[in-house]
Order: sequence, then structure tokens, then C-alpha cells
Amino acid sequence: MKVAYFPGCVAKGNCPELNQSTLKIAPLLGIDLVELDGAPCSGAGVLQAQNPVLADTYNAKTLALAEELDLPLMTICSTCIGCLRKSNKKLSEDEGYRAEVNAVLKSGGHEYHGGVNVTHLLYVLIKDLGLDNLRDKVKKPLTNLRVAPFYGCYILRPAEIMGIDNPDNPTSMERVIEALGATPVDYDGKTRCCGFPIGLENEEASFKMAGMHIGEAKDKGSDCMVTPCPLCHMNLDLQQPSVNRVIGRQLDMPVLHLPQLIGLALGFSPKELGFSKHMVSTQTVLRKLTI
Amino acid sequence: MIKANLKVYRYDPQKDAVGEASQPRYDTYQVEDLPDFATVLDALIKVREDIDGTLTMRCSCRSAICGSCAFRVNGHAKLGCKTKLSTLAPNGEEICVEPMTNMKVIKDLVTDMEMFWDKIKQVKPWIETDGEPPEREYQVPHSNMVELQQSMNCIMCGACVSDCTVLEVDTKFIAPAALAKAYRVVGDPRHAKSREWLTHLSEEGGIWDCTRCLECVEVCPKDVAPMDQIIKLRELAIKEGLTDNIGAKHVLHFTESVAHTGVLDERMLPVKAAGIGWAFKNMGLAIKAVLKGKIKPPLPGTHPTVTDVDDVQRIHDELEG
Repeated sequence: MKVAYFPGCVAKGNCPELNQSTLKIAPLLGIDLVELDGAPCSGAGVLQAQNPVLADTYNAKTLALAEELDLPLMTICSTCIGCLRKSNKKLSEDEGYRAEVNAVLKSGGHEYHGGVNVTHLLYVLIKDLGLDNLRDKVKKPLTNLRVAPFYGCYILRPAEIMGIDNPDNPTSMERVIEALGATPVDYDGKTRCCGFPIGLENEEASFKMAGMHIGEAKDKGSDCMVTPCPLCHMNLDLQQPSVNRVIGRQLDMPVLHLPQLIGLALGFSPKELGFSKHMVSTQTVLRKLTI
Repeated sequence: MIKANLKVYRYDPQKDAVGEASQPRYDTYQVEDLPDFATVLDALIKVREDIDGTLTMRCSCRSAICGSCAFRVNGHAKLGCKTKLSTLAPNGEEICVEPMTNMKVIKDLVTDMEMFWDKIKQVKPWIETDGEPPEREYQVPHSNMVELQQSMNCIMCGACVSDCTVLEVDTKFIAPAALAKAYRVVGDPRHAKSREWLTHLSEEGGIWDCTRCLECVEVCPKDVAPMDQIIKLRELAIKEGLTDNIGAKHVLHFTESVAHTGVLDERMLPVKAAGIGWAFKNMGLAIKAVLKGKIKPPLPGTHPTVTDVDDVQRIHDELEG
């Protein structure tokens, strides 16, 4: 399956291991990535607060680039898929607004006509390729590994824009975890906010949020957490030492990106998947899998 | 006819006062002979009337107008009277009903709304005009009222406050309902004190403390989309020049960074938004991340750029210049 690939800023910046592991697993799973080198940032819900039309125009450019290739647009970030789908809905449904945005876009040689399918690696695996395809590719089942999924907000909510999984009771991540031979851990925090967006504005609240969910996953006996969102990964992994300090508990919870977990089951080495870049050691996971 | 299989939170803290042990517990009820269109509230009322008269809850209009019957249904706040059993549990699955969270429980499904109203009062939800009133009525353009209609739809049920992820860890947060109400006032062209209001809302616990998690948008039974109203308040605050705070600086430097290369530079954004103090505080973390190869040191030429960055800059200048 060929897709227009939108890695997003974080996978090219603070979480390079996410892009690295995606590039590893994609060919094995039959995903042909055509990276959109000219696609700007999705705005992450931040830029939208200054100028929502600017954010929609950036996203219209990304959507137009995918449309020109006649390909679905695949992200690897919960926040990017949410922002791109929100812009896409407005641009596809409101002809007048689309014309207004295209008036700016056209000077750069692009025009968006609407209707591009914006998706995420998680949903490509389930809806387009099917979990049987994934199961068939598993070389090293992640047997006995207890994995707590952490979805990230924008990949589920609002249902009106996402409409792929059930925001109250999602199952996509659990189904992928099971297909890899691991055991999904159910806990209340899996659909909640990691706290990352207010890490600068209200650091204590941000870290308490992350700590609450990591702590709950740990209390439920998880060996690791896995997330389809690199922004969540930054609060859950990169900031975990600070989270520990704020909540007064040593969490020591490895947090994997979704393609890293898949990569382990496909037989890639931790080094190939960028495990050494994590802030929290992943050794407990690797030992359990005897890697 | 359909059946409901309910698991209901029960708690009577007053019993503790008279020495009777009362710990929160869950009671289960099988409710028979409900009409096909019955709601969670219909089932609860039938429990109270036919099975267990001690079950306590608030309800009134049964038509999603009064906002009395917000409960947590299967873990998320919903109006009991707007949640159909046939949609929620088509095969008679168990439905868990609990009181709203982020509020004190008075008894069973009834919560103390005092905190909710305190926060509404905190944003001063009334319009203040300047000068003498006009001879006839105030006139507001239709487009303004259409724009404000969404925030006016709020029925004060508390669902968004119950499921607010920030309030869960920081009680100072003004929370979604009151902030949506604030937009209803600040966004009204008759209001003469928008700058004063926005100044107050830009302080600790205000508009910049929202995580944009969308829980409030998802649970609101009246499509108020409180988070969207908070984002509009942020936009208004920036337009008013109220930018001497980390939240606004975060936005401004984010936009500037993307305009420069097309790709956000996350290494420099926190330093520019939160100041050099942030950089010193996080120096150890940054060095560790650089040594692990996770983050590149912020040197020239180390940040990715989109291929036709000139076009990104052009779009930015055209819309924001």
C-alpha cells in the first residue's frame, strides 16, 4: 500500500527513533512511504490559537501534496492526525472557505480540492492492511509482555472528526498488541491526556497527569507502555525523571513508540529501532523478551 | 421492550456522621420492561420507583434542557436523559453509572455543584457596557450572535467539568464551562471590558492552562465545544497584546519557528517561551538527551527544513505579516 508520509516535526526532532523505527517496519508490512518533503507543521493545536486560517492553509498545502500524488496521507502522530483531519473536514465541506484558503495556496503552485483520506499508521495496520497481515509478519511474538496502550487525545477525539475508533472505549491499540503476541493492560488512563501541552505553562499539573497514568499502568502490572503519539512520548519518557520528582515515586516505566513495539515482533534489533535514545531504560522489556 | 443491567455507585457520607459505616459500593439492578427508546435516566428512575427507593439522583426535565442529570456512564460524563440504552448496550451489556468526578459526592449520584458555580462566578459572566444606554435596544450584528450561539447553548450540567483532565490535578483551573461562558461575554460586541476580562483570564488557572485534550468537547451534550471557545479566547488575548505570559509566548514562538523552516524547532521553543531559567533548570536533561543521540545540540544547520521553505514563509507573511 502506497501512502503519502507525513512524519511530523517531533519524529524529525526530539523523537528521531519514531521516524527511524517507522522506516524500518514499513517495507516489511507492505507500506510504501512517499515522504512529503514540502509539508509544513500541522500546527499541533498551538499555532491555531494565533491564526486558525494560517494553520488550515499550512494543512491545505500538506493535503494538496497528498492529493497531487493521489495517495492517502499517513501520519505517525496522534496530534498531527487530529489537526490535519480537522482542517480537512473544514476544507472539504465548506467550499467558500476552501476557495479562500486556495487563493493563498495557488501562488505556491498548489490547490486543494478536498476529500483526501488522512490516517495514522495504527489505522493503516487495522483498516487497510488488516491484522492478519501483521500476524503473518511476526517473527518473534512478544509472549508474556504486558503492554499498557496510551492513545493520546487527538487520535480519538472528537468522534465527529476522528470517527475511526470509539473514544470512550477504544480497541485499536489493544488489537495490535494482541496481534504481536503481547498482552494488553486495561487501565482508566489510557485515553486521558499525558499533560504535554501545558508542560511550560503549568509544569506541575502536566507532570502530575503523566505520573498518574504511568503509575496506574505500573500498578496494573505493565512491563511497558506504548503510544502512537510522540508528544505523549516526550512527557511519558523524556520527562519521566522530572515526573518522578513531582509525584515522589520512582516509576521506571519504559515507554515505546508503536512502530518500535511492532519492530521488536518483526525481528528488528533494539538498536535498529532506536531504543538507546530513550530516557528510561528499556532493558526490563528486552530481558523479558530475552532479546 | 428492553432490559437494563445497571451497576450503580452508592455512597452516603452522612451515615458516617451517625456512626454507621458507609463505604462507597456498587449495587446492581436488573430493570425489566423498559420501552425501546428508554434512556439511562429512565432506567434509574424505574430503579428508584420500583426496586430501591433509597437511590438518590438529580433529574428534572428529562429532555436534555435542564442539565440536572449528568452522571458518569461507563467512565464518561453524559446526560442520563440523552443516553439511550439501545445505543449504549444493544445486547443488554452492563452499564456502570457513577457520580460526576472532580466534585464532592453528596449522596449516590448527587454531586456538590458549589465548585462549579464558584468558577462560573470567577469569570464574571455578565456584559458590562460603556457610557449611557442607547435610546432604543442595543443592536448586535447577526453574525456575532451566530458566532456566540455555540457558547450560549450551555445548560450548566457540569459534564465538561467532571471530565476535565487539568482540574483533576489542579483545582485552580477555571475549567471548561466557565471559560466557555467567558467567551460568550468577551466575544459579545456590547461588552466594553474585554481587555480587562482577558487580562484576568490570562492569569494562572486561566485560558493557558487548558491541555486541549478534547474531553470537554467529547462529553458536552449540547455541542458547546468548550475547548474551541478557550482557543478563541487565546486568539483574542493575543490580538489584545496580552502576550507577557508563557502561554502566549509559546504560541507566538511556535508560529515564528514554523514560519522560519516549516518544521517546529522543539529544542529552542521552551527556552524562548519560558525563558533562560527553564534552560538552566533542564540543562541536565538536555545534555543527557544529546548524549543519547535523541536530541541534536541546537547548532546552526542541525534543524530540518521543508524543501520549499520559501513557500511556507510566503504563506505566513501573507496571512500573518
